[in-house]
Amino acid sequence: MDAALTSGDARTVLDENDISRAITRIAHEIVERNKGISDLVLLGIPSRGLPLAARIAAQLERIDGGVVPLGSLDITMYRDDLRLRPARALEPTDIPARGVEGATVVLVDDVLYSGRTIRAALDAVSDFGRPRAIQLAVLVDRGHRELPIRPDFVGKNLPTSTDEKVSVRLREVDGFDGVTIMGGVA
Amino acid sequence: MRHLLSAADLDAKEAMRVLDTAAELATLTDRSVKKLPTLRGRTVVNLFFEDSTRTRISFEIAAKRLSADVINFAAKGSSVSKGESLKDTALTLEAMGADAVVIRHPASGAPHRLANAGWIHGSVVNAGDGTHEHPTQALLDAYTLRERLRQGSGDLDGLRVTIVGDVLHSRVARSNVLLLSTLGADVTLVAPPTLLPTGVETWPCTFTYDIDSVLPTSDAVMMLRVQGERMQAAYFPSAREYSRRYGLDRERMGRLPEHAIVMHPGPMNRGMEISADVADDDRSVMVDQVTNGVSVRMAVLYLMLGGSTEGAA
Repeated sequence: MDAALTSGDARTVLDENDISRAITRIAHEIVERNKGISDLVLLGIPSRGLPLAARIAAQLERIDGGVVPLGSLDITMYRDDLRLRPARALEPTDIPARGVEGATVVLVDDVLYSGRTIRAALDAVSDFGRPRAIQLAVLVDRGHRELPIRPDFVGKNLPTSTDEKVSVRLREVDGFDGVTIMGGVA
Repeated sequence: MRHLLSAADLDAKEAMRVLDTAAELATLTDRSVKKLPTLRGRTVVNLFFEDSTRTRISFEIAAKRLSADVINFAAKGSSVSKGESLKDTALTLEAMGADAVVIRHPASGAPHRLANAGWIHGSVVNAGDGTHEHPTQALLDAYTLRERLRQGSGDLDGLRVTIVGDVLHSRVARSNVLLLSTLGADVTLVAPPTLLPTGVETWPCTFTYDIDSVLPTSDAVMMLRVQGERMQAAYFPSAREYSRRYGLDRERMGRLPEHAIVMHPGPMNRGMEISADVADDDRSVMVDQVTNGVSVRMAVLYLMLGGSTEGAA
């Protein structure tokens, strides 16, 4: 999630193949749950939700043959912790031309933790229109929710302690794929 | 960013940050809800001691789109017209809990005084002070140049910008020279000798008295308003002579390269510094400048008020 890998005690919990299998499975589950891909809109949350959403979209296309509108949703301006840090730079928001009105929006992020990012994303989506439903796909669910939010599609449930750090690396951003845990009492 | 008093407050990195943030915020106009919750519960005071339409409205829209509460305080019709000092006005605003004060004042340096005298704790944005500076105008001009001539990204390295007219009284020119040169542009000032300030040779730009010599090598030409209200003395023999020698008309526009754009901070004196047909030409970007002004001011308010205030530089 943050900073570069510096610590030597990082344990790899998902490698390139695991990530690839998780994405394929998530794509199948999305098709199954929604009985196809009609009216689906995938929105990746920058930075690493974005390449994940693109990979899921590619899988959906392979499974169903249709094209799923793919977009990017920056939630910075909706965060509840803005005043705890200096003002942050904004990431791109790019909603597909069809909009979200009446669509089934699948939010895609790398790690689900406190749930605050998703809370902000729900607010952000509703400023673009009223979707029929919003679902959530994450590569890693590490627990420790602070809000009543749950994912619909999970790549891997990863029980962690709060003093551990989960890092998702994706080749589009970092040059390689991998999920690692650092710190805590290993 | 604690205050924005001068375009010189911004180094290239900070200026680019404002422009990049503004570019993301510009997409807000395509949304069904043109509002972000970011500054909910914050109060922005527009403190205008001088008449202004577009700047005040632009700041007001920018603050409202970020969900801040906006108080418009015009000197006319307030206690200022009864002789209240800037200090007492500031203390009143502080007592009412203003998080940011956007100030326009006829006296150069008033925003600096407001920010540094310890009267208020909030951020101060200079929205034009006397003949000194107007930094958000320079930011919106830089944004417009980047959008029109650099595909909306990167800095302005090597861009040739010519600023023509009443440089002496122009806060727009001062802020633009500082900001555009920070971003790497080559700025040339064009004015009659009487309308160039003393010490202009120390500014980070070149200057000339002859507009026609620089037009063929300009990527953008910015026409300044002839400010009748600031001129106590006669700086040129007649309006007609000024217009003939320094005004931008159709014929002069023809000397600009094909890609060059024409800018004006407004309000325009049609027929004086710019002819009506040039003002209405497709290559004139005054309407873009106004649109971009809202995005840039949103970016400034967000970067100023959107994060923690402790430890912010």
